[in-house]
Order: sequence, then C-alpha cells, then structure tokens
Amino acid sequence: MSVPVSRRAGVPARHAEPAAPGDISDAVRMRAFRQAINEALHEAMARDDRTFIMGEGVDDPKLIFGSTAGLKERFGPERVFDIPLSENGMTGVIIGAALAGMRPIMTHQRIDFTLYAMDQIANHAAKRCYASGGRQSVPITIRALVGCGWGQGPQHSQSLQSVFAHIPGLKVVMPSSAYDAKGLLISSIEDNNPVIFIEHRRLYEIEDDVPDGHYKVPLGRGVVKCEGKDVTVVAVSLMVFESIRARQALAEAGIDAEIVDPRTIKPLDVNLILESVRKTGRLVIVDTAWKTCGFSAEIAALAAEECFGALKAPIRRVTLPDVPTPTTSALEKIYYPGALDIARAACDVMGLGGKVPPAVEASIAGMTTPTAPQFFGPF
Amino acid sequence: MDAVDAVTPDLKKNLYRTMLRIRRIEEKIAVLYPEQEMRCPTHLYIGQEAVAAGVCANLSKGDSVFGTYRAHGLYLSLGGDLNAMMAELYGKRTGCTRGKGGSMQLIAPDEGLLCTSALVGGTIPMAAGAGLAERLRRSDRVAVAVFGDGGTEEGVFHESLNFASLKKLPVVFVCENNFYAVYTHFSQRQCADNIYERAHAYAMPGVRVDGNDALEVYRAMREAVMRARRGAGPSLIECRTYRWLEHVGASSDVTRDPEELDEWIARCPVRTLQHRLVEEGLLSEEDIHRMKAEVDAEIVAAVRFAKESPFPAPEELEAGVYAP
Ligand SMILES: Cc1ncc(C[n+]2csc(CCOP(=O)(O)OP(=O)(O)O)c2C)c(N)n1
Ligand SMILES: [Mg+2]
Repeated sequence: MSVPVSRRAGVPARHAEPAAPGDISDAVRMRAFRQAINEALHEAMARDDRTFIMGEGVDDPKLIFGSTAGLKERFGPERVFDIPLSENGMTGVIIGAALAGMRPIMTHQRIDFTLYAMDQIANHAAKRCYASGGRQSVPITIRALVGCGWGQGPQHSQSLQSVFAHIPGLKVVMPSSAYDAKGLLISSIEDNNPVIFIEHRRLYEIEDDVPDGHYKVPLGRGVVKCEGKDVTVVAVSLMVFESIRARQALAEAGIDAEIVDPRTIKPLDVNLILESVRKTGRLVIVDTAWKTCGFSAEIAALAAEECFGALKAPIRRVTLPDVPTPTTSALEKIYYPGALDIARAACDVMGLGGKVPPAVEASIAGMTTPTAPQFFGPF
Repeated sequence: MDAVDAVTPDLKKNLYRTMLRIRRIEEKIAVLYPEQEMRCPTHLYIGQEAVAAGVCANLSKGDSVFGTYRAHGLYLSLGGDLNAMMAELYGKRTGCTRGKGGSMQLIAPDEGLLCTSALVGGTIPMAAGAGLAERLRRSDRVAVAVFGDGGTEEGVFHESLNFASLKKLPVVFVCENNFYAVYTHFSQRQCADNIYERAHAYAMPGVRVDGNDALEVYRAMREAVMRARRGAGPSLIECRTYRWLEHVGASSDVTRDPEELDEWIARCPVRTLQHRLVEEGLLSEEDIHRMKAEVDAEIVAAVRFAKESPFPAPEELEAGVYAP
C-alpha cells in the first residue's frame, strides 16, 4: 500500500492557494513530513524578518527530529536559538515579542510541555485580541509534537488538541500529510493569531508530494482525502493514515468510505463535514485523543445538531480509551486504535452489527506496508 | 556529632557498595537495552552515583524523596527492590508501577521514593508539599527534592524555594548539576554558574559540592538534613557531576567534547571512593571482588525475574485511573 498523496493537481482549487503560479512545477517531489515542516520554516523565515524560532533543542544535534535543520546556518543565532527549560516564561516572552511587532515561532518536542505554558497560552495569548477591543494581536505559532510508542507513557504522548480548541482566541492545526504540513505551517506563521500547530511524531517519516517554494493551505479548510458514498470517516492527524488503510480494506466488503480530514481543528471546516455526512448518511469520527469532551464529541454534536435528519445510523467514535497512556508495550498496543477499529466502526454504522467481514480483516492483516514507523527516541 | 565524625568506616563501605551496585546495574542495562526488550525511554545514571548514594545515606524510614526520570540511582540507594525496577523497565506486571510508568516514573513508596517524573521540574514543589505535611504532623522527617540543572530553570524551582523557606519547611533541595540538559550546555541556558547561590536569595543555606565525591555529598547532606530535622528550614545543595552516556538510552554521547568526558571519567566517583577505602585499609581487593560477584549475581537474578515475569493483562489497561 502506498501512502496517499495529495497531488497538487488532485487538490481542489479551494483547498490550496499557491502563492504564485511560477512556484509550482508538475514534477512529483516526494518529501517526508519532517522535511515539509523544515521547508515551511525556511520559507516563512526567509519572507519575513520579523520571524524567529526558539525552543528547547532547536539548534541541538537532533534538530527537533530534523525539522529545524539549516535554520541557524541560514538565519543566524539571533533568530534561531535554544532556550532555558522555562516553558511558561518563554511563552510569555514570545507573546511580548509579538505585541512588540515580531512573529515568533516556538517549538516543543512534546505537546505535554505546553501544559507548563498553559497560563500564558490560555490566559494571555488567547485573550489579548479580544481584551484589547481588537486593537492588538498575538501572531505566534507554537509547534508541539505528539509522542507515540516506545513507552512514551503518560507524560510524553498526550494528544491535547481539544484542550486548546476549547479556548476561544486560539487556532489549532493538525496536519496529516507532508503537503498539508508545509502549507499549513506557512499559513500559521503568517496568521495574525496564536496558533497551536500539532505534529504527530509518527507522521514524521511519511512522504508526500510537496511543492517547492512558498504555498499556503488555508486555516479552516478541510479536505476530502478519498471520496466515497457509504460512510463518512472524519479523521485527524495520524488517524487519517489509519482511516485510509481501513477504507482500502472496507472496499473488500463493498463498503465505500469517504475520508474527510479537517486539517484544522479550529477554525473547523463545518460545511465540508456536513456536506459529506448529508451525502453518506453515516458518520464515524476518528481522533488521536481521548473520547470524553474531545474533538470527536464536537463533530458528533455538530452532525446531530445540523444534519440529524440525514443520519441513517447512530454515529460511532474511534478514540483512545479515557485512560492515561500506559508505558508498557503490552498495553500500549491495545491502547492505540488502528485501521481495524475504524473498519469495525464503519461496519457497525453500515448495519453489520459491529462484525468485520473476514475479507476486510484479512486485508488489514495482510497489508504489507507497515503503519507509520514506530518511534524509538530520543526521549 | 558533627558531620566528620559521622563518616564511619561502615558508612564508607556502605556508600561504596551502593555506588558499585548502581554502576553495575546501569552497565548491565546499557548492555541489554539494545535488545529492545526494555521498551521505554531509559536515562542512565552512570557517572552520577555519588549523589544519590551520599544523599540517601542520610535518610531513614519515613523521609520522602522526589526525583526525576533519571532515578535508577535514587531508587536503588533508597533500597527500592531491584526485581521490581528491572521488571518495570521490561514493562512487566511485577514492575514497581505494574508497567504503567516505566523507567521515567519509578516509585518505591515504602522506601520513601514518592514520585519521579518524565517532566522536568514537576516534582520539586512536591517535596515542599511533603515537608509541609511533616510540619503539620509535627514529625522530624524530611523531604528531599532531587533535580537536574535544567530543573532550576523552571519557575517551580524558585517558587518552591521561596515557599519552603517562608514556612521553614524540613526540605532539602538537591541539584545534580551535570552541566547538560539533553545536548544543551548549561552556559547556553543560564546567565551565571551559581545555582547554589540562589538559595541565599531565598534566605536559606546553599552549598556547592563535588558531586563525584560521595563523602562530600554525604557531609553536606547530613548538615542540611540535621538543620531540617531541628526545624531550622530548607537548604540547597548543588552537586557538580557528569553523566557519561547519552541523555537517554545506552549509547555514548558523541556530541560532547571527548576531552571533557575523559576528565570526568578520570574522576569516576566509584573508583575515587574505592581508592580511598583501599588506601585507608578499609577495603581489600578480595572485598571488592566479593562485592562485585554479589551484585552481579543479584543482577542476573533480577534480569531473569524481569524477563520471566508476565506482561500486564489487557484488562489492566483501564484499571487504576482513579483510586477506589
Ligand atoms: C517540562 C519539560 N520540558 C522539557 C522536557 C524535555 N527534557 C527531558 S529531559 C531534559 C533535560 C533536563 O536536564 P536536567 O534537568 O539538567 O536533567 P538531566 O537530564 O541532566 O539529569 C529535557 C529538556 C521535559 N521532559 N519536560
Ligand atoms: Mg543536567
């Protein structure tokens, strides 16, 4: 199985906004998610000298898993620098710099560390625009990685999109492909608001066709990754990858799933989701996070409020159980849902009583390409 | 009894045994880690043994300790069960957190290790809290926070020092300054090399010791613990030391200056104490061999125990999110 590519030609015009026609050539240009992030940082920083990037390890030998490569050499140590282990204070620093006219980018090797900075993010960054009567803005981008696998455990693998998305004033972005990662990160940096940009570590080595140069994927626009007529699967981040695997297997049972990737959690492309649900009449939501009060609950509520009459079956959600991540591999492997769980939910809404036809199960079991590579460190 | 008198021959030998044991256990983990059966991030303590040994030798039952993810040394110095530690690294049900927390969240509550954490600095205020509990109970127990140089950059370090000093809590703050946070040198993160002096701003004693000298650590800790027990309040001890391996995992850290590493290896805490004890006639070659053989046998048994232990059953995934 090959990883789906959002070819430029395949991306509907309203989903991508090339900066200039000349930036885009027809040759396929495969780049890993990690490289796409890196290219976005290079593009955004080259365009605007008000940008700078700081974070623990941004210029260390591991370069945030390769994503900050070449930045210090190109933009110098004043615009690319390591920081003390002071997440909350440092977030206040970028807010202050933003209020004083800069466009800072901050990086966290784990999203769990952003919780230290929740005061500055939630109480200050998110409020400044509104509380200033719209006279001020805080154009900051906070990159945060979700760890997964190799015993990352309770404190190094949380998926906190819903926590941030709950707070008015923040934007929350969660790309699933390298193409989107680049275009969305550029949009985030150029946006005038605080953006929490969530990168799933297990997507980092997955390649996609990534155009050279500057292009934007707008915030608030989702994408139909694969069209289908029977069931809508709304999935985010790594779960888009798993959903596409499930879709291929479901085809063995004649089930045609449509995969919708919102790409930004907030603002949300409500219409894209509702359009799809109205078409298929069935909805499965797949999140990388917990169930209770999560993104999946939000989408379910949206469908129930806005297109209840179109639903032919109860909505199903595929999420983490409401449990902290266990460290031991024995429990880690049953903690994370995958393609089979998504297929099961889809079969359920198709009226198969939650039973996965053997052909579907066999197809998933036989998929030769492993899921996104397992994560081995550095911590 | 002053601190010097307290350093008895038995104490020295015990310190040596503790450090030797930590060293050999960590070395064994480093050898086994590449087998990829210990499937969790593991931060080894080789090079820093004198700190945990010297600190914990001053503690007794009822005292509490709060550490970091680099806690194998603390756990073992406090008398945590080796089998349960190894099983934890292997993700087994017999581990000290039943496989839930892994190497980064070891605990040994019965021996006083109440919390370690994968998040930098988070456990520092907890020690102040445990000190508060002892104060409220009017006990003579102490609480200890052990954290890295990086931990002192978190706001909670300062907040905890202030509060502990304000309330004169029985707390000892122990900083293991190994000069690095992952790959980043201290000098790129802090404006001055003066961690111990920050104690003075919070009106408490602050001392700097050679963290590779177990006796020096022991003496400083002894004074701080006595002060805490008699109700005179907290202290801060900065122990200067060095980790020999990479930040996490079992490889060597090729990014650091090899000469710097060599200098610290030349000042190996285990060998330093060994020389001293041999010179003082407290330890013979034979004793050393015997101790090594004992520890090695214990390690072999612990690894076997860990490997043969069962993994947690699937039902255990959802168990224990809330206390009953
Ligand atoms: C709040 C938080 N920020 C960042 C990290 C990532 N991190 C893990 S260990 C570490 C270095 C800590 O260095 P130090 O406190 O000196 O302890 P050492 O590892 O040297 O023992 C960092 C930055 C983390 N785990 N938690
Ligand atoms: Mg350190």
